[in-house]
Amino acid sequence: MIRGFIGALSVTLGLMAGTASAEEAFIVVQSTTSTQNSGLLDYILPGFEAETGIDVRVVAVGTGQAIRNAVNGDGDVLLVHSKAAEEQFVADGWGVERFDVMYNDFVLVGPQSDPAGVKGGSDIVAALTAVAGSEVPFASRGDDSGTHKAEMRHWNAAGIDPTGASGTWYRETGSGMGATLNVASGMGAYVLTDRATWLSFGNRGDLEVLVEGDPRLFNQYGVILVNPEKHTGVRAAAGQRFIDWLTGPDGQAAIESYMLDGQQLFFPNAK
Amino acid sequence: MQGFASEFNQALSLILQGDAELWAIVLLSLRVSLFAVLISAAIGMPVGAALAVARFPGRRMLIILLNALMGLPPVVVGLLVYLMLSRSGPLGVLELLYTPTAMIIAQVVLVTPIVAALTRQVVEMLAEEYAEQLRSLGVSQMASVPVLLWDARLALMTALLAGFGRAIAEVGAVIIVGGNINHVTRVMTTTIALETSKGNLALALALGAILIGIAIAVNAMVSSLTLRAEREGLRHA
Repeated sequence: MIRGFIGALSVTLGLMAGTASAEEAFIVVQSTTSTQNSGLLDYILPGFEAETGIDVRVVAVGTGQAIRNAVNGDGDVLLVHSKAAEEQFVADGWGVERFDVMYNDFVLVGPQSDPAGVKGGSDIVAALTAVAGSEVPFASRGDDSGTHKAEMRHWNAAGIDPTGASGTWYRETGSGMGATLNVASGMGAYVLTDRATWLSFGNRGDLEVLVEGDPRLFNQYGVILVNPEKHTGVRAAAGQRFIDWLTGPDGQAAIESYMLDGQQLFFPNAK
Repeated sequence: MQGFASEFNQALSLILQGDAELWAIVLLSLRVSLFAVLISAAIGMPVGAALAVARFPGRRMLIILLNALMGLPPVVVGLLVYLMLSRSGPLGVLELLYTPTAMIIAQVVLVTPIVAALTRQVVEMLAEEYAEQLRSLGVSQMASVPVLLWDARLALMTALLAGFGRAIAEVGAVIIVGGNINHVTRVMTTTIALETSKGNLALALALGAILIGIAIAVNAMVSSLTLRAEREGLRHA
């Protein structure tokens, strides 16, 4: 057994060494589920990795959690979609500078039978008011993600506090976008989702897009280098190189060319 | 859930055709969980055996605590290990977060109480059986630990299998400390969680079937080893 222990220990140390040797050539990007689940990052990252030899390791969580992880220093670059929270992150000194990367939009999806009667509308606030009025199930992320923050802004604009109805028609899943779509699909609920996750989602059931095209449904993504002055371990040079690439012509062209079923999912708009 | 059968077939053919990416995920799962179990055995077995033979105040409480720790929620373990390994945490300088090593650490925390508690149980029964012999030979409590562990080795395989089952099936801890990073820390359970969140339910289920298949294979392997050892034991006796 002692031999077993030493064997295990040496192999484990070998494993640690294995991860350490690749250390100089990778960065950790804290990002959101939408950029990963839509397949965008899998599509664009090989181009950057081939050009620079820098391996990009993506941790895909909600925007709220991604920002908290970055505050803890557990990432070199932040790629998320909640502008106000991102600007706060920079203002508090955790990030160096925020850059626009790309945008798409949110859509309200719901059951084809549309019991709240919002189909075809383009006014998200009116649609949410109708959903709340008819008390049909609405699935919310409830997880402080970028999409959740956007949803709460629209409820706020409608002058409705849905959390009072939490557990009745308002269902907070506390989960990612995909998991929440699964819940909505299962219970025939309305749900606000980013278009990219929706288009790449495989378990729609009888859900369909009911409300879209409201300018307020604009969904902007930004990228920020985690401040190396706050956390000495931040791989600032490689991280900055990634940001330069992502907001430069090559990265922007890669984002523009990503299609799913003939539809463009993200629209580059770096300045 | 249209095309369930076709997606299931697709997943199966990925496995059978030796899809490199899928196999890398399977191998990483096995590597992480096997190391975790080995380390847990090295810690949990001596601790469990010592607890079985030693007599000291508070022993009862310690056993209750150990048994309770078998039910540690993986998410809580994941959070604790994250807080330790985060750059803001005490072990941040080691840069272990989002590596397979971090996943092994989390699984060791989950599995060690299982191995220790089950070892304690097995060895305690054996120690009662052997009490008279050991006493007549003048073997002290602590000196009897290796002997008891060796004699209980077949029963202890079950403890290790229970630990392995916990480790390979666990998702809550490894997704936090591993980050489910493609080609780095993506294992079977986190892949299943990811595919589920993409709404690819059939693919997720097919991956689940593979996971169960692996668990069966590992159990069968250990069981056949145990059987052979038992037979040889009988032949020598």
